[in-house]
This record gives sequence, structure tokens and C-alpha cells, in this order.
Amino acid sequence: MNISEKLYRRRRLRNAAALALSGCATVFGLFWLLWILWTTLVNGAHALNPALFTHSTPPPGESGGLANALFGSLLISALALAIGAPIGVLAGTWLAEYARRGRLGEFIRFLNDILLSAPSIVLGLFVYALVVKPAGHFSAFAGALALALIVLPIVVRTCDEMLQLVPNAMREAALSLGVPQWKVTVQILWRSARPGIVTGILLALARISGETAPLLFTALNNQYWTAKLDAPMASVPVAIFQFAMSPYEDWHALAWAGALVVTVFVLLLSLAARWYLRRAHVAHD
Amino acid sequence: MIAIPMNDTAYLRSEVLAATALPQASRIAVRDVDFYYGDFHALKRISFEIAPLQVTALIGPSGCGKSTLLRIFNRIYSVYPKQRASGEILLDGENILDPRYPINRLRSKVGMVFQKPVPFPMSIRDNIAWGIRHHEKLGRGEMEARIEQALSSAALWDEVKDKLGQNALSLSGGQQQRLCIARAIALKPEVLLLDEPTSALDPIATGRIEQLIEELKRDYTIVIVTHNMQQAARVSDKTAFMYLGELIEFGDTERIFTKPDKQQTEDYISGRFG
Repeated sequence: MNISEKLYRRRRLRNAAALALSGCATVFGLFWLLWILWTTLVNGAHALNPALFTHSTPPPGESGGLANALFGSLLISALALAIGAPIGVLAGTWLAEYARRGRLGEFIRFLNDILLSAPSIVLGLFVYALVVKPAGHFSAFAGALALALIVLPIVVRTCDEMLQLVPNAMREAALSLGVPQWKVTVQILWRSARPGIVTGILLALARISGETAPLLFTALNNQYWTAKLDAPMASVPVAIFQFAMSPYEDWHALAWAGALVVTVFVLLLSLAARWYLRRAHVAHD
Repeated sequence: MIAIPMNDTAYLRSEVLAATALPQASRIAVRDVDFYYGDFHALKRISFEIAPLQVTALIGPSGCGKSTLLRIFNRIYSVYPKQRASGEILLDGENILDPRYPINRLRSKVGMVFQKPVPFPMSIRDNIAWGIRHHEKLGRGEMEARIEQALSSAALWDEVKDKLGQNALSLSGGQQQRLCIARAIALKPEVLLLDEPTSALDPIATGRIEQLIEELKRDYTIVIVTHNMQQAARVSDKTAFMYLGELIEFGDTERIFTKPDKQQTEDYISGRFG
């Protein structure tokens, strides 16, 4: 056996070992994920019935559903997106187009990364101190504000990165037609980066639809149906928290059902984001 | 000619220069232009004149500054904060390097086509209409006529007339580049800058673009940067040879390619370096 063959065999062995290890790591990760999904599915499916979507959360011992919590979650999340996404897109655009290499831009990017990794309970406490305490009561609006603080850095980051991915040649080509920069940004660059930006917004929505901690101090909870933004409002994650901690069997079942609904919603959002991104890519090729 | 402020000596000087030039004055006069990327001195005292309705080729080895020079003519370099130019470039007698020269008016007079085709992510029609809409208010019919005219001048009309609503990204590379040319000439510029417009294209698409350049020079003053010396010889009337940021030689293409004055030019053209 000559030297090069020896080297070749050693390389193959190493390759096989590395492949086996990474395979094990993948299986390990997937195992827990599938277990979680399976448990949620089995337990949640039991409690799944039409009343879940038509009845409000029940007092102990009575039957009911999660209608008020589902509605509350939708309303609070939509409001959070309505606040966080536009500001995020504008800030991300400023970072990518007007402050890409500047010191101020770098500094703000750094601050945004800190906000991105801030524990969500801290954001909840912040809004509690800023809005709930002075107002003297919990409110859906405060909840939306807390969630908007989670949406904001995600959208800033994706918008910034997606715009930076647009080749400079596109900027030069558009500017060389004698069109001012703001128009180039809004009509050409945004359009070019749109799939990425929309995906970022969808993923931010997925992220906040399961957040509990920031809502505990802000929107709190509400046993009844309400659409009043200045009053406490139920949401699915908080309802899950409340019911899962309770000693009642039927409340446990509702908590599982809520967990299943949220999980499926997040799954669908992620799929929608992937589908949208892929469709946009196909159109570009 | 725009109104000239009386206390504006730079404009007055350009006026005088324009007035003293020959009647068939050069459309573009480059006078003592220096260019810097940060601290790097990329162009050194470049001076020459570009004749109207002719094709001027800028040739030279990579890094000689030919693209840099081209990018000054519409001040596209100013997108990048660390790049700056000094000296004068007179377009119809006005110094376009004067910061007071309105940049978007300059760019509507001096169109540019880049190395890689960059269609905007919109329909073929909107690719052409987008720039026009910013500069002119046209009715529907006028706009359609202008779009057809631009696409015809770029020899693309017959290939796309039935699919104007389609996404421009669905076109082939050569078609995309002709679309970019159409987009530039749709604004009715006076000058057309071409920055290695065929380097990303196959020989057939290249042939079409070269043929197109031949036709376009009837209406436009064209400046083309090319790596391909045969291309310079084929399409241009005048050639400028550049080396290490200096203009080594400038003259009729035929003379430059047959009996250049300078040894460096001859060495480059005969393939001894570059």
C-alpha cells in the first residue's frame, strides 16, 4: 500500500465518522421536536371541537372554548405588526440605504441586535412601567406595544439585510436614469427586496403568536369576549398558561387544544413564508 | 443654456471656453480631471475631447482607470462617499463636475449601460416607462409610442412586442442588455455611456449589440469602455488608451491600431502586456 492510498483511506474513515456524528446530532434534535409535536397533537386533538372556536373561556366546571383568547391573540398580534413592521421597514431602509457604512449606522445596528436578543419578559416589564403603571390598568394596547418591541428588531434586521443583498448595480442603474434616491429606494429596491422583507414580517408574526411573558404584565387576561383595546384582553398563550397551571382536567384539555392551534398556526406561517420566498425566487430565475 | 449667475466665475469660465471652441465643438471636453478613491489617485490629469455623434472607445489593461473615467461622465461615482473627482468636464459648455450642476438633469442627458444587465424587477414595459415617468408627463398613447420607439432603437421590439407585460427577468441575457440600452435611450439622452456592455454576453448577443452601437451613433455621442481590443477597433471612431490612471494616447481608432505614436500603446495593442 503506498502513501497516497493510505491517505485516501484515512480520509474516507474520517468522512464516515463525521457523517455518522452529524447524522446522530440531526436525529437527536429531530427526536425532541417530533416528540413535542406528537404530544401536542395527541393531547390537543382530544380537546379539539367546534366549541373551541365559538365559546369563550369557561369558569371551572363548565364547558367552553377559547374564542375570546383566539380573537384577542389575533387582534393584539395584528396591532403589534401594524406598529412594529412599518417602523422596522423604515429603520431597516435607513440603515441599509443611508447609513450603511457610517458610524451611527453601525451603532444603531448594534443596539438593534441587543433589542433582538433582549428577553421578552424584560420588554413586558418595560411596557408595564411605561404604559400600564401610569394608566393604572392592564390593556390590550399595552400588550400589542410589548409585542411590537419584539417585532421591531426582527423586521429592522431582515429589511436591512435584504436591502444589502440587492446588488449595487441595481442602485447605479436606477440612479443613472436621473431619478432621485428616495424614489429609487421605494420603487426599485423595496420591490427587489420584497420577498425577503415579507418573509421577515411573517416570521416575526410567528414569533409573537406564541409569546406569553410580555403579555402577562400588559394585556393580562380576560375571561370574557372583548374588543376594547384599553381593557385587559385574553390571548391564547396566556390562556394556555392559566389553564395548564390549574387543577382541573377540562382546563388542561383546553390548554392542549390552545397549544395545538398555536403550533399549527406557526407551522402554517413558516410554510407560507417559505412558499412566498420560493415563488419569488422562481420568478427571478 | 441655463441662466448663469453673474458672480459665478466657474460658469463664466466654461462659457468662455465653449465660445472659443470651434463651431462643431466637442460635446464633451475633459480638462485636467483627477480622481481619487479615498487616498488612491486613480486618474491623473486627464484631458481630451469627445466628438459628437461618434463612438469613443476607452481601452487599457485592468485597473487603468477606464471605467473610473466613464463613471465620472454622469457622476455615478458620487453614490460612494469616498470617491471624488476634480478638474472640469464640459458638457455643452457647462462644467458637470460643479456641485451646483443638477445631478438628475445630468443623468437624464447622459445615459449609462452597465457591465451586467440589470433589469428592474417589473414588467418589460415598466422597465422603460419608469425612468420616463419621472422626467416627463406623457399620456397613455404617447408613452406607448415612446416605449415602442426605445425598444425599436435597441433592436428589441420585434422580440418583445407581444409580451410587454411580462417580467423583464424572463428575458435572456442579451435581451436584458438591449432592454437596458432601451431604458437609457428612452430618456432621449445626448450621450450614451457603455461600460463593457458585452462582457457578460455570448458572441451572438455581442454581435447584435455592436451592430446596435453602429446604428445608435447616428443619434447619440457614445463612449464605450471595453476589454476587447477587436471590439474597440470594430465599433469606435476614436480610441483613448489608458495606463495606470494616465491617458497615454488618444486619436483616430484606425491610427491608434495601425501606427500608434507611443511604444506603450503599441505594446498593449500587439498583446505584449495587459
